Amino acid sequence: MWKTFVAWFHRMGSPKWFYEITGRWIPWFAAAAVLLITIGTIWGLAFAPADYQQGNSFRIIYIHVPAAILAQSIFFAMAIAGGIGLIWKMKVADMVAKSCAPVGATMTFIALFTGAVWGKPTWGAWWVWDARLTSMLILLFLYFGVIALQSAFDSKQSAARASAILSLVGVVNIPIIKYSVEWWNTLHQPATFKLTEKPAMPAEMWMPLLVMVIGFYCFFAVILMMRTRNEILEREKRTQWVQGLLSNRG
Amino acid sequence: MYFESFSEFLNMGGHGLYVWMAYGLSAVLLVVNVVLPVMHKRQLVKEQARKLRREQKTS
Repeated sequence: MWKTFVAWFHRMGSPKWFYEITGRWIPWFAAAAVLLITIGTIWGLAFAPADYQQGNSFRIIYIHVPAAILAQSIFFAMAIAGGIGLIWKMKVADMVAKSCAPVGATMTFIALFTGAVWGKPTWGAWWVWDARLTSMLILLFLYFGVIALQSAFDSKQSAARASAILSLVGVVNIPIIKYSVEWWNTLHQPATFKLTEKPAMPAEMWMPLLVMVIGFYCFFAVILMMRTRNEILEREKRTQWVQGLLSNRG
Repeated sequence: MYFESFSEFLNMGGHGLYVWMAYGLSAVLLVVNVVLPVMHKRQLVKEQARKLRREQKTS
């Protein structure tokens, strides 16, 4: 079992193998993303009940929560990939880390924007400097930092190393975001989904939410694979297999 | 269906502006995230085809 993992880990280090296997996976994840996000959106907008206190602005949850979950997960994945690239000098890990940043920043921005739009009718404010909102804003700045570092160096290795270090230092923000609503007195409400308890909301409300969360994860997988493959094509363009691939197309 | 009519659906019980702003901008951003890597790939393929043609001319 461990041997299979080690063998898989070594295979992952080959850009060619990564390119080929993701080429097979993308259509499936893309289909799943389109299906789940479409079903989740229609379900959440038209069929789920409204909240008895918040009314229909509650439906923003079906974008806000998936985006916020993804924003944090992607940063965590980016830090892990960066760490692997740093420790094992694995090119593919560096490329995966680089590819995480733009979509992660988008998810963070979507979470912040939809949160503000939801907050206005609910709390009367577009923004408050409470622990969760502030730490999510910091997450967005961290993402921007990682993206900026990628273009700041001539050498791709130096860029990857700097971004990895920033991601690893910044990953401490993730548990802060997650537990902010428990540790501090925040305006933002506590978590709906917990690992060990039943959700605080009825099934007609959280089922479309679960569908959207999974759909967003599939969407992230597609974007990550597309971007990493582009990185591979660019960096490995001198190799025979890439030239063969691209000459067959063009 | 939670809503009685399409105009009620658009109105979202008075919260229409907020709901559609949120969903609208998110949809745009998700589409941009798909379009950018697709366009980049096309650019890479074109550049490579151009390079190969140049190399074939000189060889």
